[in-house]
Amino acid sequence: MRIHLSSVFVDDQEKALRFYTDVLGFVKKHDVPMGEDRWLTVVSPEEPDGTELLLEPSGHPAVEPYKTALVQDGIPAASFAVDDVRAEFGRLRELGVRFTQEPLEMGPITTAVLDDTCGNLIQIAHSK
Amino acid sequence: MAEDVFKALADPTRRRILDELVERDGQTLFEICTRLVTKHGLGLSRQAISQHLAVLEAAGLVRSRRQGRYKFHDVNTEPLERIVTRWLRPDEPESAP
Repeated sequence: MRIHLSSVFVDDQEKALRFYTDVLGFVKKHDVPMGEDRWLTVVSPEEPDGTELLLEPSGHPAVEPYKTALVQDGIPAASFAVDDVRAEFGRLRELGVRFTQEPLEMGPITTAVLDDTCGNLIQIAHSK
Repeated sequence: MAEDVFKALADPTRRRILDELVERDGQTLFEICTRLVTKHGLGLSRQAISQHLAVLEAAGLVRSRRQGRYKFHDVNTEPLERIVTRWLRPDEPESAP
């Protein structure tokens, strides 16, 4: 068994698509109209056939309180691997991305946590 | 107030939390929990850490602030200064007149 798809709930799919592609650097994989919403997934350009990230609409009434509570306590909704957290932190901050946790080295793991502007916090991580 | 400070400082987990906040102010609950687990092997629940933070906050040693949708915690050392000065003797005069 492998992880085929994971998802984050986003406030606005179009805005999310721009952030996840233009800013974070993912590429669009599927974009299928589904009534008012879209089946919208992105993948890493390094692994076009790898795990897809579904940018899922936040419409369900349970989603907003869930996201609000997670963000208040700084808990990320997803974690993405990068080569160098500090370099990525610098690059993204230049682009105006807001971080709730600056790079933190914890033994072999380095992490940082950013705001995806669509209601979620996202962790980036690398290990030595 | 002073008793709250002593009570807050009596717990080793709460002292660790202060240690970590001294290293970097403005931490989320998530960052504090992560630091306690990875740096100190303290695998407490987020709820437990949250309760420890509440004790520190009641004693005035930690201040939490909401900034937009986030909540950050800062260390506040003022109550410690009152404790330190409490038992400090005034300097003895070097020679009696």
